[in-house]
Amino acid sequence: MSRTLTQIMAVTSMNLRSIPQRIWTSLSTVIAIGFVTGVLLAFLALANGFAATVSGTGSPDVAVILRKGGDELSSVLTREQTLLMQEAPGIAKSADGKPLMSPELYVVIDGIKKSSQTKANLPLRGLGTLADQVRKGVRISSGRMFRTGTNELVVGRSVSKQFEGFEVGKQIRLASQNWTVVGEFEANGSVFESELWADVAVLQGLYQRGSTVQSVRARLQSPDSLQKVKDFAEADPRIKLDVKSEQAFYAAQSKGMSDVIQYLGWPLAIAMSFGALAGALNTMYASVDARMREIATLRALGFGGLPAFVGTMAESLLLSVVGGLLGALGVYLFFDGLSAATLGGNFTQVVFSMKLSGDLVLQGVILALVIGFVGGFFPAWRAARVPILAAFRAG
Amino acid sequence: MSDALIVLKNIGKRYTRGKQQVRIFDHLDMAIPRQDFVAMMGPSGSGKTTLLNLLGGIDKPSEGEIAFEGKRMDDLSEGKLAAFRAANVGFVFQFYNLMPMLTAAQNVELPLLLTKLGPKARRERVQTALTIVNLADRARHKPSELSGGQQQRVAIARAIVSDPKLLLCDEPTGDLDRETADEILGMLQTLNRDLGKTIVMVTHDPEAARFAKRTLHLDKGHFVEKDLNA
Repeated sequence: MSRTLTQIMAVTSMNLRSIPQRIWTSLSTVIAIGFVTGVLLAFLALANGFAATVSGTGSPDVAVILRKGGDELSSVLTREQTLLMQEAPGIAKSADGKPLMSPELYVVIDGIKKSSQTKANLPLRGLGTLADQVRKGVRISSGRMFRTGTNELVVGRSVSKQFEGFEVGKQIRLASQNWTVVGEFEANGSVFESELWADVAVLQGLYQRGSTVQSVRARLQSPDSLQKVKDFAEADPRIKLDVKSEQAFYAAQSKGMSDVIQYLGWPLAIAMSFGALAGALNTMYASVDARMREIATLRALGFGGLPAFVGTMAESLLLSVVGGLLGALGVYLFFDGLSAATLGGNFTQVVFSMKLSGDLVLQGVILALVIGFVGGFFPAWRAARVPILAAFRAG
Repeated sequence: MSDALIVLKNIGKRYTRGKQQVRIFDHLDMAIPRQDFVAMMGPSGSGKTTLLNLLGGIDKPSEGEIAFEGKRMDDLSEGKLAAFRAANVGFVFQFYNLMPMLTAAQNVELPLLLTKLGPKARRERVQTALTIVNLADRARHKPSELSGGQQQRVAIARAIVSDPKLLLCDEPTGDLDRETADEILGMLQTLNRDLGKTIVMVTHDPEAARFAKRTLHLDKGHFVEKDLNA
């Protein structure tokens, strides 16, 4: 066994050391595999970044209360329902004993993307007066918070970065009225950074919603208190509302879109893999052909077919791993952290950053290895099985 | 025939080329005694190299038997033939067939990777083999840094390093000038005379054949023995 291992190591070392003699074909394979891996990883980084942004948005101790079966855009809650929910057990209270709840409106406005100068939907959220105590982790990064009862708004950091005209101090037109951007906020990179916030009461008037809202956010005493709030909403026939944790609410939203991105990425990468596979096969057959006299000589000396097989496979796998890692490096250098925007829940734009992770790099390298394995297998089989005399003639 | 190293009995060899069968040998008999040095000559296509391949176990006869030290080898499996070659046969090729990425010492060491010898013992054997061919000082050179004659000497060192009984040389001087060729042939003569190696050498060159103990002329699948020194 150790002799076989020694032979394998000797032949493998010879193969790898002879790569510089076939540098251009080897390089073309590395680049092709790197390109395929890069495309896959770019898609996966998109899906990962989107999922991280959206699923990272929700807090487990904030409840989202909506009309049964409704989403935030289509839900309607009456004033009576909102008031009744204030009595629900398990909802945290402010210092002066008020339930920490924020009745909210959610409307869609137009924004112009800086990158493409095209229109896109942006969510404008009306917040209740206690919203800052319901949502934690929100920080005004420049300017100040809007004042209640005024046409002032604050914008998420991603909005001012990606869309035109939302810088602090700028005026915008909403429903034929002038509004002033008075501040910009950060929310730990969550989906809220893709929103604009204003006073709910002013928006109710502006969009003629009367006293209705679309959702209520409530801070829970603890994540376990969610069930109490749910039971309360179920028990009273006047309420009949859906109660979810904010975390679950956004996790469900993120899954659909990140699945779509992933399901686009993998088939595209697999289709491209066939091209890279052809390149790998070509390179490895060329490698075996170039080494045919060496293979024949070793076999004549008494070497078996296995070292020739393993040596060829090792070369192919090495080229593919290098290609895979280069592809990953390319995505890391050019795309990781790059801002992107896509349609999130409620037909509005979600701005997020592409996010490459170790797990994704592993997936990319595995794809590269599969290409290398298949691309190396048949040439390696030929190297192992070719009759010695045929190999001498070919060499 | 009891001291014969290799005996060929009633050997037939055919190749299929397209739809045609090409017959190389028919009923060929041959015995090579131990410590013989045979030169095989003949026109191109007469089957010299085919015969060398049969003797070395890298080709099999279509008919007949080949015995090495009394044991049949024509019916061995590919794996056993590989082991047979590793243990008993050293090859010297016209174009040296050295591994370009390996040093002279690493090239010479290759057959020893098929033995149970450890690294230290292998190094000693390599050193001895390179000393025999007067190339101990070129151990770390790669083939591209050596002349044709030096490369062939490395190939001879590789052929003898595992101490095989039989050396098969296919036009070993075909790519060398006269002076270098004579040097290589003299070395083969020494290996035959002093180390008792049995050598079968295929050559087109009558001058090269003079270094052998006898010359066999192969023509139309049969041998004609001639004494060139007479």
